Amino acid sequence: MNSITTQQKRLRSRHRSDRRFKYYGMIAIAFALAFLTFFFVDIISKALPAFQQAYVQVSVNYSPSIVKNYNTAIDKNDRKLVSKTFLRTLPRKLKAHPELLNTTQIEWALANHRVDQYLKGHDGHGLKRKDQKYVDELFKEKKIELNFNKGFFTNGDSKLAESAGILAAAIGSIFLLLITMAVAVPIGVMTAIYLEEFAPDNRFTQAIEVNINNLAAIPSILYGLLGLAIFINVMGVPRSSALAGGLTLSLMTLPIIIIATRAALRSIPDNIRDAAYALGASNLQTVWHHVLPLAFPGILTGSIIGLAQAMGETAPLLIVGMMAYIPEAPTGILDATTVLPAQIYTWSSESMRAFEERTAAGIVVLLTVLLLLNAFAVWLRNRSQKTW
Amino acid sequence: MTTADIFLWFAAGLIPLSAMAYLFARKKATTLEEIHGSLHSRPGFYGWYAVVRLASPALIVGFICSMFSMFNLIDIPGSMILGTAFGLGGISLWFALKHIRHDFRARQPVEKAMATLLMLAALISILTTLGIVFSVLFESIRFFNIVSFWDFITGTSWNPDTAFLIGAGRDFGGAKPEFGSVPIFAGTFMITGIAMLVAVPIGLFAAIYMSEYASHTARNRLKPLLEILAGIPTVVYGFFAAITISPLVVQAAAAVGLHADYTNALTPGIIMGIMIIPFISSLSDDVIRAVPQDLRDGSLALGTTHSETIRHIVLPSALPGIVAAFLLGASRAIGETMIVVMAAGLRPNLTANPLEGMTTVTVKIVEALTGDQEFDSAFTLAAFALGLVLLTITLILNIASTIIIRKFRQRYE
Repeated sequence: MNSITTQQKRLRSRHRSDRRFKYYGMIAIAFALAFLTFFFVDIISKALPAFQQAYVQVSVNYSPSIVKNYNTAIDKNDRKLVSKTFLRTLPRKLKAHPELLNTTQIEWALANHRVDQYLKGHDGHGLKRKDQKYVDELFKEKKIELNFNKGFFTNGDSKLAESAGILAAAIGSIFLLLITMAVAVPIGVMTAIYLEEFAPDNRFTQAIEVNINNLAAIPSILYGLLGLAIFINVMGVPRSSALAGGLTLSLMTLPIIIIATRAALRSIPDNIRDAAYALGASNLQTVWHHVLPLAFPGILTGSIIGLAQAMGETAPLLIVGMMAYIPEAPTGILDATTVLPAQIYTWSSESMRAFEERTAAGIVVLLTVLLLLNAFAVWLRNRSQKTW
Repeated sequence: MTTADIFLWFAAGLIPLSAMAYLFARKKATTLEEIHGSLHSRPGFYGWYAVVRLASPALIVGFICSMFSMFNLIDIPGSMILGTAFGLGGISLWFALKHIRHDFRARQPVEKAMATLLMLAALISILTTLGIVFSVLFESIRFFNIVSFWDFITGTSWNPDTAFLIGAGRDFGGAKPEFGSVPIFAGTFMITGIAMLVAVPIGLFAAIYMSEYASHTARNRLKPLLEILAGIPTVVYGFFAAITISPLVVQAAAAVGLHADYTNALTPGIIMGIMIIPFISSLSDDVIRAVPQDLRDGSLALGTTHSETIRHIVLPSALPGIVAAFLLGASRAIGETMIVVMAAGLRPNLTANPLEGMTTVTVKIVEALTGDQEFDSAFTLAAFALGLVLLTITLILNIASTIIIRKFRQRYE
C-alpha cells in the first residue's frame, strides 16, 4: 500500500515536471513576442509626434532691407519662435515675387524646434519661461498650430531639427538598392546556375560551395573593410559615393542570393530537364527555356529578401564613409550619398531633443518599407508554390 | 577623360555594337537557311556567336587596361584603350561573320562561352573572400611592423591617441601609444556572453516548443513572427537599446542600490541576445525535427513522459546540431556592430562588472575608420588588425559549426 502511494506521488511529480517543461517553452515564445510588441509600441509612440510639426502665424514685412538682413522681416517677439529655414527663404521669395515689395503679409511660418517640442510637451525643449507664456497665448488664439509634417518627407538632412527630413536619405537608399540589384542579382543567379546545372563535382566546385557558406556568415563590418581597402583605396571609387556603398552591399548580398537561387533551382524536378534533353535541347537551352522560367518566382523571392537585408544594413556603409552630413539628394552614382539607416544613425547621435522623435520616425519609415518588401516576397512565394 | 568617362563610352559603344552584330549574323543565318535548308543550330545561336566574338576581345582589353591603371603601372590614354578594344573586337567580328556558313556549328562555341561566363561569375565569390582576407591582412602586416604582435595580443592598455599625433607629424614627445587589445576583447566576450545567456535558453526552449509541442498551424504562425526579430535592422536595435533599454537598466540597477553607466555592457548584451533568438531557434528547430521519430517512439513506449523523452533522448541526439547553432549565434554576436556602437561604451575597460561601460572590437573599428584620420597612422591600421582577429574568430566558429552539423546529418542519413 505504502509503495503504491510513493509511486503515485512520483508519477504525479513527473507529470508536473512534464507540464512545467511545456510551460518553459511557452514562456520563451511569450517573452519573445512580448518584446516584439513592446519594441513596436515604443518605437511607434516615439515616432508619432514627429509626423506633426508646429507652424506659427506671423506678419512678414517685405521691406527692401530683408535682402541684406532677413531678420528684419519679422517682429522681434515672433522671430524667436520662427525657424531660421523660413527666414532664409524670404529674400529668395521676394526676388521671385517683386510685387510683394513694401507690403506686409500674414503667413504661416515653420516654428523652430523649441516651440515645437514645447507644444508637444517634451522635456528639454529649451524654450525660455517668458516665451512659453507667449506661445501659450498664441496657441489659444490659434496663431500656432500643429499640422502634418510635410517637410519630413520633402526635405533633406538639416542641422536644424525642425526642417530635417528623410528625402535625401530615401533617394540614396533607392540608388544603393538599384546598384546592388544590378550587380548582385545577375552575378548571384549566374553563380547559382553554374553550381547547380553546369559545374562538375570536383574540388574546385566544393571549394566555391564552402566559401559561399562562409561568406554568408562573415560579419558585415568586414565587408566595409573590403570596400574601403579595395573599392576606395585601390580602385579609386570616391568615398561616400553611392557606387562605393552599392558595390560593398552587392558583395554582402551575393551569398544570400546564391543560396536562395540554388534552392529554387533544386526544387525544379529532373523530369523537366530530362524531357528537354530528350527533345534535343542542349544544357544551356534547357536551363534558359525551361528551368529558369520555372524557378523565377523562387529566385525573385530570394533576391527581394536579400535586398531588404541590404537596405537595413549600416555598419559596412559607415566604413565606406556614408555617415557624413549630406543634406542634398544625390544626382549621380559618384555623388556623396547617405542612406536611411545611416541617416537614422547620424540623427540618433545628435544631442538635440527634437532629433529623437525624427530618428524614431525615420525608423518607422524604414521598418514599413522592409516589412512591405518581405511581405511581398512571402506573398510571391505562397502564390507560386507548386508541388510537383 | 576620367575612368568613369571611359567606362561610360565603353558601355555605350559595346551594347549597340553587340546588338548590331547579333542582328547581322542572325540575318545571315536565316538567309543561309533559305538557300541550304535548316542549319545545324538555330539562327539565334549564330547571332550570339557574333556577339561573343565581338565582345570577348573588347572586354579582355578593357579588363587588362583597367588592371594596369588601377595599380598605376602605365598610364594609357582613354581614347587609345577604346580604340584598341573596339578595333580588336571589330576584326574578330569580321572573321566571325566569315565563319558563318551553312555547315558551321554555332551552338558549341556559344555554349562554351556561356559556361565560361557562368564560371567567372562563380569566381567572384572566391575573389570576395580573397579580397576580405588580403585587405585585412596587408594593412595588419603594416600595423604589426609598427606595433609588436605580442604587445597587441597581451597588452592590457589601449591608448592610441598619441599615434594619431605621430601620424600627423606632430609628435611632441608625449606618452608612447599603447595598443593592448585585451580590454577590447574582454568587452567583446562579455557582451557576447550576455547575449548568449539571453538567447540560448529562450531560443532553445522556443525551438523545443515549436518542434515538439506546437500544432502545425501554430508553428507556421509563430515562426515568421519570431523571424521578424532577425529582420529588424541592427541600427534600429541600437537606437532602441540606447534610448529605451539603457535608462531602464540604469533605473533597475539604482533600485537595488547599484550604480550603472548609461553605456553599460548589459544593455547591448540583452538586445543582441534577443536579436539572435531566431537564429538559434530556427537552427535548433531544424535539428530537433531531424531526430528520427523511432527514437521518440521507443522512449515513449518505455513509459517516459513527453518531457523526459525530450530531455533524455531527443536533446542528446540533437546536441551536436544545437551546439552548432550556438556557435553560429556567437559568431553573429561577436561581429555585430551597430548595437554596440550605439549602446556600448567607447572606452576600453577591463572589468568583470557588466554595469560598467565596455567597448568591443567592432566599435573600435568603426571609431578608427569613420574619422578624418590619415590612413597611414597606426590608429587606423589598428582597425585592420582588429578586423583580422575578428575574421579569424568568426571563421573558426563558422567552420566548426559547419563540420559539426555535417557529422550530425551523416549520423541520421
